[in-house]
Amino acid sequence: MTPLGALLIRDMRISVRVGGGALIGVLFFLVVVALMPFAIGPNLLLLKRIGPAILWLAALLASLLALDRLFAADHDDGSLDLLLMGRAPLELVVATKALAHWLTTGLPLVIAAPVIGLLLNLDAADDAALVLTLLVGTPALTFIGMVGAAIAVALRRGGLLLAVLVLPLTVPVLIFGVAAAQSAFAGAAPFGTAFTILCALTLASLVVGPFAAAAALRQEIE
Amino acid sequence: MRLSAVNLTCQRGGREVFADVSFSVAAGELLAITGRNGAGKSSLLRIVVGLIRIAQGRLILEGGNPELSIGEQAHYLGHQDALKPALSVDENLRFWTGFLGGKGADAAQAIETVGLRDLGDLPAAYLSAGQRRRLSIARLIAVKRPMWLLDEPMNTLDAAAQDRLTALIRAHLAEGGLVLAATHGSLGIAGMQQLHLGEQDR
Repeated sequence: MTPLGALLIRDMRISVRVGGGALIGVLFFLVVVALMPFAIGPNLLLLKRIGPAILWLAALLASLLALDRLFAADHDDGSLDLLLMGRAPLELVVATKALAHWLTTGLPLVIAAPVIGLLLNLDAADDAALVLTLLVGTPALTFIGMVGAAIAVALRRGGLLLAVLVLPLTVPVLIFGVAAAQSAFAGAAPFGTAFTILCALTLASLVVGPFAAAAALRQEIE
Repeated sequence: MRLSAVNLTCQRGGREVFADVSFSVAAGELLAITGRNGAGKSSLLRIVVGLIRIAQGRLILEGGNPELSIGEQAHYLGHQDALKPALSVDENLRFWTGFLGGKGADAAQAIETVGLRDLGDLPAAYLSAGQRRRLSIARLIAVKRPMWLLDEPMNTLDAAAQDRLTALIRAHLAEGGLVLAATHGSLGIAGMQQLHLGEQDR
């Protein structure tokens, strides 16, 4: 097995086992979205209008939830030393870890979104647009968040710093993700425009994220 | 193969840990690094594998693979065992074997050598400190690397396991390997070089 393949399988295994973050993220997502109708009231038109925004916000928070352990767990038990020393380039190592994280925490959100969308009075067309934007947008959240996780790796309670560092950087993804998902409404931006920009943001984060995270880890480990 | 250090200086957190340390170890030799707590034994090992930047001085490896850094040709056994509690003994070792570029069959052999075969399916969370240590030592056997850098390798091991580790180190040296070990006690190996860090207790 290749080094990166072994790492991908290990990280996915850990996150679906006891104490892993996979199920927590999607449960948090479901709970936050399910609470919204209670807070806002049963106005179906209103829920339908703000549904995509609520789902996107909940997905953003849920994907940050387990992110602080992405490198901190490996730092605490000494694995990070060996990952840094390894023959695989560190940029690819961190990208592999982020991919494993997205597959176990981001992808379940995308799958759960249309189901929970029913609570917010979204119909099939809204759901399709929403799922598509989440599928494209959540990798960007993971790869941007990864940089914060790398910076906060050696800190106790790094999760708080992570949220403060990362949330502002996710604003563009949030804007265009929600814009594309809401394009079904009159007066909103057309789906294609916002969706293309969302794709571009994701592609950029896939390139920049691993380099920034690897550089942060090299500094931090000293 | 020969690993030499020339006038190495190490700084951590703005403080000089040690200065002007030089040594030279050839294939088949063991260098025991001794010194009081805080003298920089662990730091020296981490400098050699590239986990701490060199403040001054040089590290030279002759006869190694010029395409790879020193760390990429070495095994580093640190204070921490680099094991995941949620994974079983087998899964932990198979991961490191795969990541370091070894074969699965060697992992099975190594687990036998360190005497953990019966515990293969047990999550690493339930291992004792000594068993965890043995599992991380198995990594050194499963994947061949010419240099071993061991930080207090005998810690937490019982007498039988210490003897087994001594035998493993001897076998590694006999195959032309090179070992740097930070240690307080004796490793029970004849003809080892000694490097003492720190002139006097302060």
